[in-house]
Amino acid sequence: MASVHSIPSIEEQFEFTSDAKRRLLIGGAIGLVLVIGGAFLLASGGGHEAAHHGAEHAAGSHDGGHEGGSWMTRIWANIWLNAVYFTGISVVGMFFMSYNYLAQAGWSVVFKRIPEAMPAFLPVTGVIMLVTFFLGGHDLFHWTHSDLYDPASEHFDPIINGKKGFLNTPFFLIRLVIYFVAWYFLWRVLRNASLQEDEIGGLDNYNKSVKYGVTFLVIFAVTSSTSAWDFVMSIDTHWFSTMFGWYTLASWHVAGLAVITLTVVSLREKGYLKAVNSSHLRDLGKFVFAFSIFWTYVWFAQFLLIYYANLPEETIYYKERFAGFGGIYKAPFFISLFLNFFFPFLVLMTRDAKATHSILKVACWSVLIGHYFDFYTNIMPGTVGASGGFGPVEFGFILLFACSFIWFVSAQLAKANLIPKNHPMLEESLHHDIA
Amino acid sequence: MHVTSPVRPPLITGGKTYADVTEDICRQVEGKPTKQWMIAFTISVIVLIYGTACLFWTWWEGLGVWGLNKTVGWAWDITNFVWWVGIGHAGTLISAILLLFRQKWRTSINRAAEAMTIFAVLCAASFILMHMGRPWLAYWALPLPNAFGSLWVNFNSPLVWDVFAISTYFSVSLVFWYIGLIPDLATIRDRAQSKVSRFIYGTFAMGWNGSAKTWSRYEYISLILAGLSTPLVLSVHTIVSMDFATSVIPGWHTTIFPPYFVAGAIFSGFAMVQNLMLITRVVYRLEDYITLEHIESMNKVITLTGSIVGVAYLTEFFIAWYSGVEYESYAFINRATGPYWWAYWAMMTCNVISPQLFWSRKLRRSVTWTFFISVIVNIGMWFERFVIIVTSLHRDYLPSSWAMFSPTRYDIGDYIFSFGLFFTLFLLFSKYLPVINMAEVKAVIKSSSEKLPQKVSGVAKAQRISNPSFNKDPQ
Repeated sequence: MASVHSIPSIEEQFEFTSDAKRRLLIGGAIGLVLVIGGAFLLASGGGHEAAHHGAEHAAGSHDGGHEGGSWMTRIWANIWLNAVYFTGISVVGMFFMSYNYLAQAGWSVVFKRIPEAMPAFLPVTGVIMLVTFFLGGHDLFHWTHSDLYDPASEHFDPIINGKKGFLNTPFFLIRLVIYFVAWYFLWRVLRNASLQEDEIGGLDNYNKSVKYGVTFLVIFAVTSSTSAWDFVMSIDTHWFSTMFGWYTLASWHVAGLAVITLTVVSLREKGYLKAVNSSHLRDLGKFVFAFSIFWTYVWFAQFLLIYYANLPEETIYYKERFAGFGGIYKAPFFISLFLNFFFPFLVLMTRDAKATHSILKVACWSVLIGHYFDFYTNIMPGTVGASGGFGPVEFGFILLFACSFIWFVSAQLAKANLIPKNHPMLEESLHHDIA
Repeated sequence: MHVTSPVRPPLITGGKTYADVTEDICRQVEGKPTKQWMIAFTISVIVLIYGTACLFWTWWEGLGVWGLNKTVGWAWDITNFVWWVGIGHAGTLISAILLLFRQKWRTSINRAAEAMTIFAVLCAASFILMHMGRPWLAYWALPLPNAFGSLWVNFNSPLVWDVFAISTYFSVSLVFWYIGLIPDLATIRDRAQSKVSRFIYGTFAMGWNGSAKTWSRYEYISLILAGLSTPLVLSVHTIVSMDFATSVIPGWHTTIFPPYFVAGAIFSGFAMVQNLMLITRVVYRLEDYITLEHIESMNKVITLTGSIVGVAYLTEFFIAWYSGVEYESYAFINRATGPYWWAYWAMMTCNVISPQLFWSRKLRRSVTWTFFISVIVNIGMWFERFVIIVTSLHRDYLPSSWAMFSPTRYDIGDYIFSFGLFFTLFLLFSKYLPVINMAEVKAVIKSSSEKLPQKVSGVAKAQRISNPSFNKDPQ
């Protein structure tokens, strides 16, 4: 079986062509135009109506209090949503590399440069989130309002007051900075070791990568949960769920896997990564398949337990998404479930589907769009409430972020040989055969 | 052509040939029981007899012989149940999930781990029967057509889901284990000296002839069963966790329970596999198959799952404070500082701190330390369930009904019963069935043996032997 293998050359240099750059710039420009146009429409036309709804929301919900400026809130919420989503995708590149090192995985080496390139986008989202928090923090995070903590104020909230040891601006900022610095710094270590390995070979860099990969995993074990609480859960300040950290991690993880798979597929279509064979593709397909089910498992466990126990302080979360704000979040709620579970589950089920470019692409796009809506349903109700929607602003920001993410990853890919030449497991990966 | 990287440590040492594998592993099945085995078996049976007497009395007299009271209505019974089910997770994890991940080190340990799973699930099931009080009515847990009027199982109850989940899990694990045994049973059949053993092993080998066709079916069914078992492994402890998490009892109702219970189950299961394998490898002289590499890999899994459990403990604690729910916060403060503080801190020390010792390569490759920490882990995991169950119940919403739980000799005796049952079954297994999957070890011998004799390997493994870059020990 498969005794005659012709291993293609492992010398491959990705070229970030000016054509590709032009297209990304055009995409970004269209995104920008959509954002500006959409914001103008919101501010002039829909602005009045939105503010009206916003006021209703403030009166009707305990987490309200976004008086005025609701079109601006929608801008901040969109930036935050995309920044959180792309932060997750980027850091999952690092996560994937790290657990592959820890598990002594051999098969993934041949496309390792792709997850390796993804965390390059972290500084961008890090700065964006920092700036957004400074400028739009009050619009996004109810807990940043100081009168909540003042017993004399009519807005005093004893429950939120009880959380101030964790939810306060200085500590939040310290955590935000620690996440990005730690993730980015450890990625630089792994990336440099990997590039150096290309030059000098040997095992020192491999052993060093295992060590730093494990260090990252230990740090990420804690920071993945705390960042999920900070970035997303604290928006609905009253609400809490112990599952939320792992739920967000599951969401980020499968989205990151979908990006890795999509990138591998599109590079192959451009004639790169000839050493990636159908066994690699099938294994990648299995990862996306398995972890989309894992996300569903975590989603369902959280939902079922809250639904079953029916405690008001917990069910409010689903109530708002299901029936609140005129029911506008019901659609994204179900779209998310369909695109993240049912569709990839059915499409990737068969063996051959996982090795077919077109099917992999459809499934991965489904997962990627689905998890956008996953974050959308988690972030939007608590920030923009009734004045949410899906229009030019949303679409424009997705374009902007996606184009810049692709730009950074492509630039990173162009910096080194597409296949890590001297990785000690490379031979295993080149001969990967699971037929 | 499959390639094995020179950085990958060998999994079979001592230059074993294919014939050696058969000889080494069939030896104890074909030989007379050793003295050590006889002693161990006798002790197990005595323990089982004592436990059976206690169990008999429990059923004869009723559950009043246990230490339960009106506040603590679940204590050792469900603690033991969850503990055993948890232990029963490692086998199928090793055989199914590690098969899907193509981990070659599973081949030396999967057989014994699967057997352990089956026996552990039996022990767990025995506690379900015990705590029913009237075991002859156990079939009421099944949705059978009946003439009892409104008596019908409550499908809204996670306890009913549990009945389905665990019986499905047991069936699939049993089939998986048995299918894996067939090629080995055929080997023993073909080597059998007596008519009786040829007949018995031959019957169970189901006419296995070792043709390419049968092997192809074997591999196919293994993958299908692995695909089925993987969600099952997760579902069983998920549903066990829902026995608690669906209720509104502070300390029980928390959304992280399902994956956290699964991680804890794998954690304790691997610890139990370690304990059993460390003894087996010495008694049966299988050190060349169950190498330090296997032990180290399992220790890494123990550290990983122990740390996941640790993150879950901290998350629960943090959210109990963060939520601002007084009852939830009190439940956790009471756990850590109340009258059961010792159980809580035993759990924390054993489960979160002790596996961190395995960060030291020296300790995780030390047989003594591994055995010691594995015992500690299983003590810790018992305390985890005790902490969750008893400390959440003993101080309920009404302070006038607060109570403590003290076990009676029947609580203890019924627990001892499960040990007697488990070790009796495991010892029978380890005598009459091959403890290592010969066929699957043979399948990895070419890629993973330390120094395969040239006449067997065919291809010289020059690089692997001349440049053993996996070796991290000082030369």
